[in-house]
Amino acid sequence: MSTSASDLTLPDFSSHPAHAGKYAPPTPGSCPAFFPEKVSRSDSAHLDALEAQSIFLLREAFHHFKNLCMPWSMGKDSNVLIWLSRKAFGGHIPYPLLHIDTTYEFPEMLVYRDWAVRYHDLNLIVKINEDARAGRGAYAERGPIGYETADPVTVTHELKTAALQQVMAEHQWSALITGIRRDEDPTRAKERYFSPRNKDFEWDYKDQPPEFWNQFTTSCAAGEHVRVQALLDWSERDIWLYIQREGIPIPHMYFARRGQDGKQYRFRSLGCWPISGPVESGADTIDKIIDELAVTTTSERAGRAQDHHERNAMQKLRAKGFM
Amino acid sequence: MSSVSSVPVSLAPGQTSRLRVVFVGHVDHGKSTLIGRIFYDTNSLPDGKVDQIRKACAEEGMDFEYAFLLDALLEEQEQNITIDTTQIQFKTAKRPYVIIDAPGHKEFLKNMITGAASADAAVLLIAANEGVQEQSRRHGYLLSLLGIKQVVVAVNKMDLAGYSRETFEAVRTEYLAFLARIGVEARAFVPISARNGVNVAGRTPEAGAPNPMPWYTGPTVLEMLDTFEPPAPLVAMPLRLPIQDVYRFDDRRLLVGRIESGTLKVGDALVFSPNNKTSVVASIENWSGPSRTEALAGESVAITLKEQIFVQRGHIASHEATAPIESNRFKARLFWMGKRPLTVGQTYKLKLATQELDAEVVSVERVIDASTLETVTGERPFINRNDVAEVTLQTRGALVMDNHDRNPFMGRFVIVDERQVAGGGIIHGGVYSDRTKVKSANIYWSEGNVLPRNRTLRNGHRGAVVWLTGLSGSGKSTIARQIERELFNGGRQVYVLDGDNIRHGLNSNLGFAPEDRVENIRRVAEVASLMADAGLIVVTAFISPYLQDRRRAREIVLEGGHEFAEIHVDAPLEVCESRDVKGLYKRARAGEIEDFTGISAPYEAPENPELRVQTGHLTLEESVAAVLEYIMPRVRAVSEDDVAI
Repeated sequence: MSTSASDLTLPDFSSHPAHAGKYAPPTPGSCPAFFPEKVSRSDSAHLDALEAQSIFLLREAFHHFKNLCMPWSMGKDSNVLIWLSRKAFGGHIPYPLLHIDTTYEFPEMLVYRDWAVRYHDLNLIVKINEDARAGRGAYAERGPIGYETADPVTVTHELKTAALQQVMAEHQWSALITGIRRDEDPTRAKERYFSPRNKDFEWDYKDQPPEFWNQFTTSCAAGEHVRVQALLDWSERDIWLYIQREGIPIPHMYFARRGQDGKQYRFRSLGCWPISGPVESGADTIDKIIDELAVTTTSERAGRAQDHHERNAMQKLRAKGFM
Repeated sequence: MSSVSSVPVSLAPGQTSRLRVVFVGHVDHGKSTLIGRIFYDTNSLPDGKVDQIRKACAEEGMDFEYAFLLDALLEEQEQNITIDTTQIQFKTAKRPYVIIDAPGHKEFLKNMITGAASADAAVLLIAANEGVQEQSRRHGYLLSLLGIKQVVVAVNKMDLAGYSRETFEAVRTEYLAFLARIGVEARAFVPISARNGVNVAGRTPEAGAPNPMPWYTGPTVLEMLDTFEPPAPLVAMPLRLPIQDVYRFDDRRLLVGRIESGTLKVGDALVFSPNNKTSVVASIENWSGPSRTEALAGESVAITLKEQIFVQRGHIASHEATAPIESNRFKARLFWMGKRPLTVGQTYKLKLATQELDAEVVSVERVIDASTLETVTGERPFINRNDVAEVTLQTRGALVMDNHDRNPFMGRFVIVDERQVAGGGIIHGGVYSDRTKVKSANIYWSEGNVLPRNRTLRNGHRGAVVWLTGLSGSGKSTIARQIERELFNGGRQVYVLDGDNIRHGLNSNLGFAPEDRVENIRRVAEVASLMADAGLIVVTAFISPYLQDRRRAREIVLEGGHEFAEIHVDAPLEVCESRDVKGLYKRARAGEIEDFTGISAPYEAPENPELRVQTGHLTLEESVAAVLEYIMPRVRAVSEDDVAI
């Protein structure tokens, strides 16, 4: 496992406008992961069906693509993927995990990452687009890429998608297992379980291969790759119900903590700190989160600035290779 | 779209799965508008979404469209065409639904199939102002082909038809007649205006407004959806566990796969088709919890066996008394979406559950134009994009299957072309045999002697000997190698015998004296006949100058029961001598080589060969094509004997 080598000094995120007064640090000495109490709610059969399909997809991916990788954002969906992988392969994960470190990770998420690597015995590869952060090489003319100097769409593309392209070229992976879900965004609703990408990572969403009867696009030409979207059918609520049913450890940041301003905040979706704002919420258990989802009508990624920077930003990002 | 998170889902006991409904219909008949309207009426949209779309419409200078709630991609909004299948969810008072929006544009049939193939029920839209269109018929037919029996027809845009009962009845009568011809029963015809919200959830555009169609007293679209039934339980059907993989972790040997139907218990005796090995289930593994004694249809399982028999991906586990069909030849209804036509005799990859085999269409019984339902029968050796056809398929090796009406999961397959799923089919008419008693004669992998017929079935062609004769430099070897390459690429069993692989080993004790030449040819003929016996198409490339020797070779091969084709690779001596690739003619003329055919030894040209290829005039390609054209129909496995099933 390589480590973050960026020598740039980032401003303290807790004084950033998105977090000032709202963020409270974790209790010193506590376990970096939250272990939910196992509770099985009513629609267990629905979760069984989702689980069976995801395990089926993971096993298909592993059979057809020997050289594959599972990107891992440390978020709730990605942790469900780890859990499903261990179920699919008798407790083992027979492929490496990849963390694309933008260098704008919440510090406590990095602590969580290192804990999870030990807990799940992960083979983790960490990738940073060092040239983009330092303004070297191909970025020499543009200078360092970061939220201080560029818009969120550009930063997301360079620090996530371009970083992914670099690490893919190094490892020659022919498949990536992703945790995207149809209900997250309209462009993701159009996805296939096995979604081919060309050499430039482009997604030809207008001419996707047919996919039915659980038969998939299971090969690709050299330099191309296939995205295996093992959580496509899950909803945000399904993810929480499953985490609760299985007792899957996840980061604390999803649960409400009292900020310096006295109000309670939690994160519904975790990304780079300059663009991931918390929502005001008192939900400090999974039950409360699920109850909250039942009444909320704001979308999950509402706190993610890059999605809303311009009209169709998500579509543009995804056509260029973003997850 | 986060509609799910906005909708608390609580299920009644026994009601565990969401109903999957596909929306189909001709382009611009209003599918996306209807779906958008359903979202709106069931309050399944995030806050601000409607306002956001209103704002976007205003920016584009357009009226507000419910369709934009769904067609969120920019390109779609510009073209006003739905591009791809979108799966989204909403909920009525009765239960949750997954909506599958399927495009009506002809070019996007593959997307419609992608969506519709997993649906439990369908809503088919017809615009009242335009009436039944080509796609209305084609989609109706495909729904029947995919086995979707719960269909409601929504006659949309009634506002543009003046809410006229006569218009509605005319559309209904015409489409009912069509559905009757293809054996589909519509549960209801509902006159609606998706744009105005009439007969979608409520009967009037808004509360208190007058009902524009008081003459219609049947159910609304949402009421109809609530009458649809969830998919039939698969637990009661015979066990089918297609093996996905075999893992070896921590000294355990895990067989993994999803149970497509039936029930599996620890202690069950399983038979693995097609190799018919049996073993007993020792355990059902569960990494994160206690191990279990029973697993049901739909579960992805990992099991261990008591006896470690050979099992691999593609094997199908079942109980012995209810085993599936094994065959390599079967009838199917098939739809084709490939960019290139599906062509008889070409080899494709066929996938059924976890099985992957080479397969070819042996014959096309009929092709059905799904729009006009006109049937084309007779000799049409290809199936075009968007065609539906009745075909006979043959796989290279045993395929394990069920008839579709007995078990849909094992009764449907896809065909891959250019790395993509390009077609799908449904199997019917296969014969089940009792595995506990005699092995059926239908199953060619039965124990006992392997007969030539068995080899023909597996290879898809008979063995044969293609005997090329001609002067040195006439092009025999070049043609032979090219034929070998082409047949090999086409999945045929083929091998070339020539001086390179015969003279150095088998015939290394022979020279070029007349008696040695005779013996050389005799041995080549015997070897070729044996290889043809083994099922290969053998191409020989020897000068073989003597009539009598070639006659003898023919007799040897015919005695072996194989096709023999004498092909005269015919080029004038001057042409051969001018080519003189190896410089042999020059050396023969100089007297350095004795008994050189054409110079110092005779060449007796065939009097009546099966084929004469004049390489002085033809290109290599033309020469090869001529030979293949002659030989291929003669090695094809077509007679009843060859393909008895």
